[in-house]
Parts: sequence; structure tokens; C-alpha cells
Amino acid sequence: MTSPTLKRTALYDCHREAGAKLVGFAGWEMPIQYDEGIRSEHLAVRSRTGIFDVSHMGEVEVSGPDAEAFLQHIHSNDVAGLPVGGAQYSLLCNEDGGVLDDLFTYRLSPDRYLTVTNAANHETDFAWMRSHAEAFDVEVTDAQDAYAMLAVQGPTAREIVQAIADGPLPARMTAARGIVFGRSALICGTGYTGEDGVELLVEPADAAAMWDEIVRRGAVPAGLAARDTLRLEACFHLYGNDLSTDCNPIEAGLGWACKEQTHFIGSDAVRAAREAGPQRKLVPFKLTGPGIARAGNPVVGGGEVTSGTLSPSLGIGIGMAYLPVTRATVGETFEIDVRGKTRPAIVAAKPLYRHPDKETDG
Amino acid sequence: MAEASYPEKLHYHAEHDWALLDGDVATFGITWFAQDALGEVVFFDPPEVGSTVTANEFYAEVESVKAVSDVIAPLSGEIVEVNTALADAPEAINEEPYDGGWMVKVKLSDPAEVDSLLDRETYVSGL
Repeated sequence: MTSPTLKRTALYDCHREAGAKLVGFAGWEMPIQYDEGIRSEHLAVRSRTGIFDVSHMGEVEVSGPDAEAFLQHIHSNDVAGLPVGGAQYSLLCNEDGGVLDDLFTYRLSPDRYLTVTNAANHETDFAWMRSHAEAFDVEVTDAQDAYAMLAVQGPTAREIVQAIADGPLPARMTAARGIVFGRSALICGTGYTGEDGVELLVEPADAAAMWDEIVRRGAVPAGLAARDTLRLEACFHLYGNDLSTDCNPIEAGLGWACKEQTHFIGSDAVRAAREAGPQRKLVPFKLTGPGIARAGNPVVGGGEVTSGTLSPSLGIGIGMAYLPVTRATVGETFEIDVRGKTRPAIVAAKPLYRHPDKETDG
Repeated sequence: MAEASYPEKLHYHAEHDWALLDGDVATFGITWFAQDALGEVVFFDPPEVGSTVTANEFYAEVESVKAVSDVIAPLSGEIVEVNTALADAPEAINEEPYDGGWMVKVKLSDPAEVDSLLDRETYVSGL
């Protein structure tokens, strides 16, 4: 049923063996879930460890004497403040301050960076970066085919990876090159689940052996569907749902990732949006009754749900919605038109789910 | 989720619904194929007792973690009972789609509509 033009990751055979349901996603044939199902995968990540193939994510490498200046020009965050070995979240904005993508950038050396893009935006991101690189002494390389990416996430994720690593794993929000299961990896203390863990960027030829070993040590294969419910409980944005060129970073709640003083592309528009204050704000919400709100459901009286699902951890409908700023306060109640039925909801604090023994980390 | 199964005694609708006849009352549900395609069901929104349903039209919604789907009525009539147990245990639709996962009972307005439904063999050959 799947189109032959879909790309396959280096872990395709592993997914087939693990009983994956494979679907087309941003041009890739990806596991949406495995035999055990979304809920069980989700809860495995919350209680133990799950492993995700996120090799569909893109990578762009920027190197050269002007690498820092170039990325400072196109990334919203303060790239100069990123130390070697550090990881940084930032946005790619257009001149109007609209969000083209959200990105993670790792500084590999003083003049070399690796930026991870969303699969659906990778080609346009790369073209955008290229088109703005002329004035800089940099090399901008599409590195998507050079890496497979495994996300090992959960309270025991570090334990599992540590046992097959040749040195201490990098701390949260840092990255280091190391050896995992005898193979070279860029080990990153990052993730998209709200749990501790690592992301491993490895040569595609090494990915299957590493995957098998980490699964053998107890990590549960988890698909893109569980990745989505996990990120939503943690209130991480999903580009295409919660972020787009039609929204600015301030209303999306990502003002913290924008440093206008660095004069990045779009910084004037972001500064103006920040000074004017947002008309609407992206907020997390919980349904207070039955039902599940979905992306696209209108909010009664103005606003729209951008992400919605049933929270496997909480057992209730959760999501994110843009609300008029006057109603976007934690504790405010509102109603969502879910396919003609009015469902009551309440604006909630971030994150929607927090690990019971975790007080501050988010 | 158990192995695929399609009981002989049921009448099937091509949109992956089944009806079990008992005189002029029919029980409706979705087939093994439908629940498997849907994935884990987490919410069933039943119609009200007393409301009418029309063959080939939506009468209820069933939601999995990822998506919402409309459920199509295989036959026409008036809802006389809904499976209230699904409110607390919607997973019964996955676990036992032909037993605990039944959705509604309908007093048929036109029992002759049954002739338009498929037998097991015809339904399964179309999967």
C-alpha cells in the first residue's frame, strides 16, 4: 500500500522484525507504532525506556571561519553563546518573523556546527540556509544521508546506553563524540519526550547493530505516534501543528529562544511583536470532561486547537491551542467545538505531565 | 489484539461494520479489520437512546489515540440500547469487537435492508 518512492531509514529491517506499522511521513516510510501499541510504548518511555528511529530528521552541517556569524544571522537564539559541546534550541524565521522551522544545533568545534531539522522542512531549510550564506566564509552541507538518528528516552535510558558506552555520557543539553557499542556516535543529551535520555547520531551502516543491542538491553521500540503523545504531554511544539509561518515566536511562547540583539533574520519583526504584546497565545489545555480535541477544532469565542490527543499518562484529552490573550491564563476555562459537540477545557500549566519525582527539570 | 476473525452468523457492511439480527432488533459493531486499522480505541461517543439511525450514515464516533473515525450504520432504525460499558472500557472494541465491543442495539424500521448486507465470505474477500 505504501508508495515505492518513500525513503527508508537504515533501521527499516529492524522495524519490520519488531512488527511495526509503517506509514508515509514527510517522504519517509516510518514506524507509527509496533505490535504492543501506542499506549504501551508511551508508558514504557515514562516508566522505563523506549527507543525511537528518528533518522528522518535532517541534518545540515555548517563549517568555516564565519560559521558562528552565519548561524547567528539565521538562527533566532544566541549562537555565539553556545559553547563547544553545547546544544541549543532555536527557530528559523523569515523576514516577517514567521517561523520556518524549529531546530536543534550542536556546536561540534569552534567553527563547526550540526543543525537538526524537521523532516518535512529539511529541503527548504537547507535551501534557505544556502541562499543566505553567500556573504559568509562558510560551507553549508546537507548531511541528512550521513546520519541515522536513534532517540533513547526514559528514566533508565542513560543507564542502558552508559553500559555500552566507552566514557561518561554528556549531560543534558550537551553533546560529545563517543563510542557506543564499539561504534562512533555523536551522543546528545537531548530529546523530545520530557524524559531524560540521549539521542545518538551515527553512521547509517552502524545503526541496526546499535538499535538491536539497545533493544536487547531492555529499550522498547516506540513509534512516531507515541513520540507525538509524549511530546504533547511535555508541551514541546510540533512544527506544522503548533508552529508555522503564520505565527510569530512570541505568541507561540518561544520568545525565550529569540535574542533580537543578535540581529537574526526576522529579528525586527520579532522585536515589534514582543513590544506590542501578542494578540493570541499558544497554551496547553486539558479537557475537563469526556472526549478528545484534535488539531483544527475551533475554540468557542475565538481560537483554535493546534495539537490534541488523549494523554496516555493522564487518561484525559489534552492539547495545545491558540487563545485570545485575554483568555490565555492558567486556570481559565473555555470550550472547544469538537465536531459539533462542545467540550469544556481548562488552560493548564506547562508541562501537562511531569515525572512524579522530577521537580524542576522540564 | 487477537487474530483476525469474522463470525459466520453476522451480516457485514463494506465499511467494516457488522449487524447481528435478533428478530427486528439488530446489534451493531465494527469488524476486526476496522478495529485493527483504527488502533487502540480510547473513546467511544455513543448516540442517544431513542435517536434514529439511517443505513449508510454515521451514527457514532470512535477515537483511537491518533484519530477519530465515524461509525456507519449498516441498517436503519431507532436506538433502543447503547453499550454503556464502553464509556469506561472502550478497549473492548479492540479486544472483543463482536462481543463486549458491541456499540448499539437498534429496532429496525426496514428489516428487508438486511438483504443489502454482505455475508462473511463476500465481506472477507473484499478486504
